[in-house]
Amino acid sequence: MQHLPNNLRLLIGAGLLVLILIGFGIYFQSLPDVPPADGEIKNADKPLAVEGIESDIQNGIHEPTGLIASEGLELVIAHCTACHSAKLVTQNRADREGWEQMIRWMQETQNLWELGEQEEAILDYLSANYAPVKTGRRPPLTNIEWYELKD
Amino acid sequence: MRKPSNRRNFIKKTSLGSLGALLGAKIVYALPEGYLPLALNQENDPGKLFGKHEEMVVLNDQPWNVEAQAHLLDDPVTPADKMFIRNNGIIPEDINVNSWTLTIKGESSGQEKTYSLQELKTKFNPHSYQLVLECGGNGRSEFYPPAEGNQWTVGAVSCARWTGVRLRDVLRDVGIKDNAVYVGYYGADTHLSRDPNKNPISRGIPINKAMEDQTLLAYAMNDQDIPIAHGHPLRLIASGFPASVSGKWIHTLAVRDRVHDGEKMAPPSYSVPCEPVQPGTNVANEDMCIIEKMPVKSLITYPKSGAIIGENQKLTIRGHAWTGAGNISEMEYSIDFGATWKPCKLKAAVNPYAWQRFEAAITFPQKGYYEVWAKATDSEGISQPMLTPGWNPKGYLNNACHRIAIKVS
Repeated sequence: MQHLPNNLRLLIGAGLLVLILIGFGIYFQSLPDVPPADGEIKNADKPLAVEGIESDIQNGIHEPTGLIASEGLELVIAHCTACHSAKLVTQNRADREGWEQMIRWMQETQNLWELGEQEEAILDYLSANYAPVKTGRRPPLTNIEWYELKD
Repeated sequence: MRKPSNRRNFIKKTSLGSLGALLGAKIVYALPEGYLPLALNQENDPGKLFGKHEEMVVLNDQPWNVEAQAHLLDDPVTPADKMFIRNNGIIPEDINVNSWTLTIKGESSGQEKTYSLQELKTKFNPHSYQLVLECGGNGRSEFYPPAEGNQWTVGAVSCARWTGVRLRDVLRDVGIKDNAVYVGYYGADTHLSRDPNKNPISRGIPINKAMEDQTLLAYAMNDQDIPIAHGHPLRLIASGFPASVSGKWIHTLAVRDRVHDGEKMAPPSYSVPCEPVQPGTNVANEDMCIIEKMPVKSLITYPKSGAIIGENQKLTIRGHAWTGAGNISEMEYSIDFGATWKPCKLKAAVNPYAWQRFEAAITFPQKGYYEVWAKATDSEGISQPMLTPGWNPKGYLNNACHRIAIKVS
């Protein structure tokens, strides 16, 4: 490069830099979407593109989200976790009508998009895996961690 | 929070910004605004992010909702690391204390007036109070049929020491009209969808609540700057109401001639059926009433549930009792599921809306499994129910008695 004039060297350098950065941009763009990690924030105006989640499933749970692995898991990750944590799903329980009401509320007030023909499958998943569990009006205390209390 | 957000901006500005500059065009295909690639965001632990105690329980991380456990709340004044977080949106980034302002406006404000933080602190007298903040949905997890939302157990309550200026003093300085009905707040948090036209939450308080001595525009908690997760640099504090009225990151207050109509003011949010309903009933919004006063409640904060003691060993219990108005006049415990109740020693509140300390020394008649139940009664004679109280669609106001498990062996 020694024989080249200074301004030409600069031009080539700048050109190379632009090419590298374009490549970098394309690389980022082509990455498949990933569900948000705990506390991660995403811009949500469309479902996530979900690929290759099978390898993250252990003991029937999709580890990164904590969602139960069964028919419809991909759709729930794609649509629900685009905006909020999967914990908002996993800590709630409702029947099909209840889940549908939550979806309507999110569509009416929280910018959730139309789910189209995938809505049925999402409701199937939610109502099967996160159905209400009947409890007494005040069930017995459970999960007690016993420990010795000294004076 | 400060560090990751700076790093995020740095990354956004350098890698993407310079790319756009070099190409001479807006990047339309790159990472969307607010998106942080997974590998770059490792800070998702509330201990590291907000300095929370390791036993705090994360219910939700987007938005952040984190609760304490009963035994974590034993301090008379709740320290920041044991204070629950209830957020509706995304915590604001890059808060500049020097340029932060509070604007008072609205139909019933005499004028539109803006104060810097410094002006608020110097123009008005500071006041400090220990004030209970309890989420309206604390205890939601016990309702059946289940109510949607964060499934709080018992830990969405705190009593920290808040310092600020009286909202009343500021409103009087601005001048408010006779037709003022409500004060609504606007904070700097972002909607989960990142839609800049949407507010995550904008609630408020009736004007008479705004005028109380203990209703503050707070800038300090426990004699330090308010932690970011709890509303730094300016938070409305109106104890006795659901904590959602105590808006965080406040930049604007609207003095309204009607009930404030901001986000999550309208039913079903923070509302219960005006008339009691059978569990599971679909209740129309027009039949729902906004929650104001929080109910009488108490918590056994020592010992932690699950204590095993020796036969003939006395058990000291202690905890706090509080109510949304007035005070607690009687505190009792039962070791036989409510068949008999015995009194606890009960301290007076250090100021209105502070919780009150109770204590008792218990002897058990024989070996076995016991539950210690605690029940507070307020000055009106209203007590806590042993069962979950009236069902409501969103699962608010569960003030059922708290209980701990004890084994005498």
